[in-house]
Amino acid sequence: MEIIIQSLVSGIVVGSIYALVALGFVLIYKSTAVINFAQGELLLFGAFLCLTLVTVLKIPFWLAFFATLIAAALLGLLLERLFLRPMIGEPIISIIMLTIGLASVLKGIIHIIWGSETKVYPEVFPSEPVTIGKILVSQVYIYSVAFAVICLILFNLFFKFSTAGIAMRAVANDQQAAQSMGISIKRIFGVAWAIAAVVASIGGILIGNINGVNSSLSAFGLKVFPAVILGGLDSIPGAILGGLIIGVLEALSGIYLDPLFEGGTKEVVPFIVLVIVLMIKPYGLFGTEEIEKV
Amino acid sequence: MAIKCGVFKTTYEDDMAIWQTKASKFWLWLFIISLFIFPFVFQNSKYLLYIANTVLIAVIATLGLNILTGFTGQISLGHGAFIGVGAYTSGYLMNTFHLPFLLCVLAGGFVTAFVGMIFGIPSLRLKGLYLAIATLAAQVILEFVFIRWRAVTGGNQGLLVEPAKILGYAFNSDFKFYFLALAFTILAVLIAKNIVRTKPGRAFMAIRDRYISAEIIGVPLFRYKLLSFGISSFFAGVAGSLWAHYIGIITPEHFNIMVSVQYLSMIIIGGLGSIYGSIMGATFMTLLPEVLRAISNLFANKFPMIVDLFGAIREGIFGLVIVLFLIFEPDGLAARWRTIKNYWKLWPFSY
Repeated sequence: MEIIIQSLVSGIVVGSIYALVALGFVLIYKSTAVINFAQGELLLFGAFLCLTLVTVLKIPFWLAFFATLIAAALLGLLLERLFLRPMIGEPIISIIMLTIGLASVLKGIIHIIWGSETKVYPEVFPSEPVTIGKILVSQVYIYSVAFAVICLILFNLFFKFSTAGIAMRAVANDQQAAQSMGISIKRIFGVAWAIAAVVASIGGILIGNINGVNSSLSAFGLKVFPAVILGGLDSIPGAILGGLIIGVLEALSGIYLDPLFEGGTKEVVPFIVLVIVLMIKPYGLFGTEEIEKV
Repeated sequence: MAIKCGVFKTTYEDDMAIWQTKASKFWLWLFIISLFIFPFVFQNSKYLLYIANTVLIAVIATLGLNILTGFTGQISLGHGAFIGVGAYTSGYLMNTFHLPFLLCVLAGGFVTAFVGMIFGIPSLRLKGLYLAIATLAAQVILEFVFIRWRAVTGGNQGLLVEPAKILGYAFNSDFKFYFLALAFTILAVLIAKNIVRTKPGRAFMAIRDRYISAEIIGVPLFRYKLLSFGISSFFAGVAGSLWAHYIGIITPEHFNIMVSVQYLSMIIIGGLGSIYGSIMGATFMTLLPEVLRAISNLFANKFPMIVDLFGAIREGIFGLVIVLFLIFEPDGLAARWRTIKNYWKLWPFSY
């Protein structure tokens, strides 16, 4: 029983990070209708940059953390301006391929700069585990979940109350109407990419603190797909719920299915769920159904 | 051989002809003949022949993906895995039941077509992005099967496959295999070309351009989408089967997500919805890493670290090529080739 709860806890932790990355993903999709296959590489970039700032330049963690977020935002803006802007109006497959190409470029550059070995964060959070009820939970986990929750709440508030957030929702809803109200769509696209890069970096730094950083972390970018599809591609609450469900599912399949298939089911189960969800509810739990006309 | 400088067609048959002019027929035959002469010239270079064989096999698989994505407009991120299905089916059948090679290739093609059609079923309800992700799921699930179903696939250790053999003649060297691959490739190009200019091809293009209108003018969407998935996977299966019998040992890494991405990049760079484009794209993307390797070897003396970083550089340049093509030449090499040809058609009186 305790093993189950223990792995449920870690499932929720991983799930909350999925939720964070998925949030950035949904954000880009919602406001620019671009599906971003480079989300995992953005995550990797954040994780590596913060690590370098902390270990090589000996900057205190929190400072490094915020510096990384600023750098990530700039990277997001740059990517949008250089690569995505010329693609406005191109067919979906071209845009998908563009982000895949972008992912490849980023991965190559990250590999050249930081190499391929796993690097470990110095201890930022106290290593002593805390007991909640009967189970031991390491403090990194608690911080991660807390942090993810804070981010998710902040972003929800941002979209509800800030001018920029409302403008973004307006663009997502109807580009032409938004434009006629004086909203600059180009700027909104840039902001969307910047925020997505920031959120992915936060996810990267959190997961880096738990598992260490190496290039395989970018697989997170693919893992996010089941989460967003489950929740619906254009729904922020859906992304959060989807992330958590996929995280827990992975943990459970680790316990119950791995012994049957000699391990590795964690990688597939989310995708099997994805296929089933797509068959039953093609637009996910909370996604808007597209109605197409001739 | 002069090139004609205008359109002088008087019948529909002329307009539909594969060879529009005598000149293009002549050049095509010259090209095919030179393809047959090529291995005799480079008989001693195993490396060149190896690359030529990979290109030929890649062309077959690319044609398949282009029929699905370029002509029918259904994005597939699972092509690499489908190639794997063909490779494993064919290899397993030959190893276990000792079936003749040609039968194995056919079986590989049909089994893959079947698997492809199963994963194509969601395409009735899914479009665009959702379909792309559904096929990504197909890729991940099939890859898992390749690794775990050890009894058939040999898992991570790989599966040893005997070389191709027709009527007792074994195609067991790069030189011999070249002719087999060339024959298959020419056949594949012919079949693909004829599919796209007959009824199913027209239906595919109608679905791609506007599926609701296509349905209204009487194209059964589900049947043709499934057919497209089937045909595309059949090509993938045949390519995989050839690859298995050529390379001799197949492991799951040969069919991972990167391979799928690579095939997508081939059709994008070659030109979506173009048979010539598939050929050019496959050739370009297969040659690119080899050219990069040659260049990095040149600099290896001066900058030794380039060898360690080669994987990363290759990955970065691969991505960069895709991105640059998408931004500056979205219609691919085929369109560029057409522009060049049109320029020379009327040269020097281009008004």
